[in-house]
Amino acid sequence: MIFDYETIRLIWWALLGALLIGFAITGGFDLGVAILLPFLGKNDIERRVIINSVGATWEGNQVWFVTAGGALFAAFPMAYSVAFSGFYFALLLTLFALFLRPIGFDYRSKLPSQKWRSNWDIALFVGGFIPALIFGVAFGNLLKGVPFYFDNDMRIFYTGSFWALLNPFALTAGLLSLSMIIMHGAVFLQLKTVGAINQRCKKTVAIFASITLVIFALAGIWVANTDGYHISSSILHNAPSNPLVKTVDKGTGLWLANYANCPMLWAIPGLAFITGLITLLLSKFERPGWAYISSALTLAAVILTAGVSMFPFLIPSSSAMNNSLTIWDASSSLSTLSIMFWVTLIFLPLVITYTSWVFQILRGKITQEHIRLNDHSAY
Amino acid sequence: MITENVVDLSRWQFAATSLYHFLFVPLTLGLSFLLAIMESTYVMTGKEIYKDMTQFWGKLFGINFALGVTTGLTMEFEFGMNWSYFSHYVGDVFGAPLAIEGLMAFFLESTFVGLFFFGWDKLGKGQHLLITWLVALGSNLSALWILVANGWMQNPVGADFNYETMRMELTSFGELLFNPGAQVKFVHTVAAGYTTASAFVLGISAYYMLKGRDAAFAQRSYTIAAGFGLAAILSVMVLGDESGFTDGEIQKTKLAAIEAEWHTEPAPAAFTVVGFPDQDAMVTHHALEVPWLLGLIGTRSNDTPIMGLSEILEKNRLRVKNGIKAYAALHELRNGNKNDKTIAEFNSYKQDLGYGLLLKRYTDKVVDATAEQIEMAAKYSLPRVAPLFWTFRIMVVCGIIMLGIFVFAVIASSIRKCRQNWLLRASLYMMPLPWIACEMGWFVAEFGRQPWTIAEILPTFLSASSLTELDLYLSLSGYIGLYTVFLVIEMFLMLKFIKLGPSSLHKGRYHFEIASGEAL
Repeated sequence: MIFDYETIRLIWWALLGALLIGFAITGGFDLGVAILLPFLGKNDIERRVIINSVGATWEGNQVWFVTAGGALFAAFPMAYSVAFSGFYFALLLTLFALFLRPIGFDYRSKLPSQKWRSNWDIALFVGGFIPALIFGVAFGNLLKGVPFYFDNDMRIFYTGSFWALLNPFALTAGLLSLSMIIMHGAVFLQLKTVGAINQRCKKTVAIFASITLVIFALAGIWVANTDGYHISSSILHNAPSNPLVKTVDKGTGLWLANYANCPMLWAIPGLAFITGLITLLLSKFERPGWAYISSALTLAAVILTAGVSMFPFLIPSSSAMNNSLTIWDASSSLSTLSIMFWVTLIFLPLVITYTSWVFQILRGKITQEHIRLNDHSAY
Repeated sequence: MITENVVDLSRWQFAATSLYHFLFVPLTLGLSFLLAIMESTYVMTGKEIYKDMTQFWGKLFGINFALGVTTGLTMEFEFGMNWSYFSHYVGDVFGAPLAIEGLMAFFLESTFVGLFFFGWDKLGKGQHLLITWLVALGSNLSALWILVANGWMQNPVGADFNYETMRMELTSFGELLFNPGAQVKFVHTVAAGYTTASAFVLGISAYYMLKGRDAAFAQRSYTIAAGFGLAAILSVMVLGDESGFTDGEIQKTKLAAIEAEWHTEPAPAAFTVVGFPDQDAMVTHHALEVPWLLGLIGTRSNDTPIMGLSEILEKNRLRVKNGIKAYAALHELRNGNKNDKTIAEFNSYKQDLGYGLLLKRYTDKVVDATAEQIEMAAKYSLPRVAPLFWTFRIMVVCGIIMLGIFVFAVIASSIRKCRQNWLLRASLYMMPLPWIACEMGWFVAEFGRQPWTIAEILPTFLSASSLTELDLYLSLSGYIGLYTVFLVIEMFLMLKFIKLGPSSLHKGRYHFEIASGEAL
């Protein structure tokens, strides 16, 4: 089967979304667990229970993020170039925070010193908190538009500053991603623990599920009353990628245009609200397994809501609107997209299969007893 | 326009972060296979000591692996953050192997590494062994795709420039994958990793033997490392020689620079063992030469000449001039004059477009470049010889010393005389050599490609992001600061567990547990 350029671009937009959602629902819970570590673990053994609930799987989960980055590079190289060089310090901060995770997990319990361990606990917290916040801030800024332009050689010039990224709307989006990742982490931890930690998780889920829904509603109202972008000229969906040959307008509420054109899409934000509530209830009535699935759906729906409202934009330019990047004019060539599609079609199901098998092997609760028995090999 | 300083700082940052990353990579590549070999022996013989070996060397593997993962993430971010024009210009080709690396290799390695550490009680013997092999396979496949990407930077095949999108686009995935430069480099690089891990296990085992503790454990480890190491170092050398041969075919400039071959000699060319290269005068002072050797390595024949730098310079002068024509036609096309004549003109010169871009270093108006500027650009198209000449020789000397020690180590372990103290000391003190050789090797590969990021297509100074000097000073100092702290912590933990030895497993049968009479 050979796809035309338009179809394959659409598929890659969807695949990119799938990889991001894959990261949110797997990597998301271990970021959340790391954030909760200093608060839900009251002593060393409780903290080790929390760390070991994700210890054996977090590494694989983070690869969703790495692969999403690689896929963005391969499928939409211009978007990768603009986002990574434009958000230079935001990404540097994320990167420095993510540094703390592999060594935090692996080194923390290698020495008995309490000072050593509590320092690593702080490091793990930072390694969870900063990326969870900044991913949302980045999304918020994409919705607002990013100040950049291209010259005729397609050299990228970013004209904003790091501090401009921390605007009220983007920070709200940051809090949204932070709270939903904490909710997701707490649900997962409820699933993996017993006793006191388990009970603390229930409270945490209730609080952060509520916060998530409130901020999501608030952000929705904000988006309806703020500027969105749309392509006002014609754009060829199968032309070579050149982001300099279209015109783009902005106007209040335009980010809801896709929903207005296709009302069925309202089901996506609707799903976020419903599953968010269900997560809260399932957690309260001690069904953490189902709550985990429901929470994963909530995350997926929130991310999709943002993606659909921006479609077909990847990165709108706020300063040179016509240079905005869309899936139609910032993608790789037809042959690269096609080859990468087939590679993904083979390997992504394989990855999902063996990841599920690994989770299956490692299922079950992590108890204090388990940590005591494996004092020298557990994290 | 981005300043020269921004480019230099971006290069320093990339060099520092990638060389630092490669302190951890070779050990992961090789140790994962050594663990798989040890565990296979455990499963086949049922002897617990091999399980202990897998777990103890696995502990050290874990300490190293954590920093490998930490610093590898930097690499993926850095292309976009610091080399955004590069990422735009070649992302269509270069991004694909990176994405495939994630999907095919990094997922495999990272998903199963958790089970390697925590699956001992949850899996059957055979299942766990399979996991260990999959971790080794994953880490080595990861290296394959990274070297496919890097091989393409050295020898950009299977791609073509598209003026509509202003970038290189993939024309043949097969050529990208089976790029001869990439294949040879892949085997050379992973074999260097196996050598590194073998030297690591060999040196630490020798240390235990010198201290006279955990003899059975140390001797078995020593034997496995010696055998694997000898096979590995031989592969490194054969493939290194093969690299020299493919360089002779596809990277003539790099080969000539490594060998300080200033002028084309009558075939077969002599190999300069040592000497002092002088770039301005284009001579090597006090050169000690072996007749014929270079010609044989570079061409596998005794009658094909190897092109010298002065002749390459001559050719490049012409390519710069053709590059101007390509650049002029490209601008016509970009401005919308897409008539057949311009397209034909562009197509006939576009293989030299990169040389035209070199002029951007000297003038914004490439089309009006003066003869003097063309001369400067042509000179600039050659890498600096002396650093390449010396780093290459350091790498080779490290390799030869290691080969000697591995040969003796294999002989000593096969006739059960590991306890030769001089050999054990040599094994211990050899430990830094593979790391030095690996770093030198990467320096030769990357510095030897200068002034290009993509050989003969995209100059390095154009590849960088439009950042400010302040941005770079801040990020570079952040990296240096954090990486230094991480290295101190890692070395501290590594040394602590090396000193503890297998006693750190708390199995109750090793030196410190028996000596002190209680578990530590």
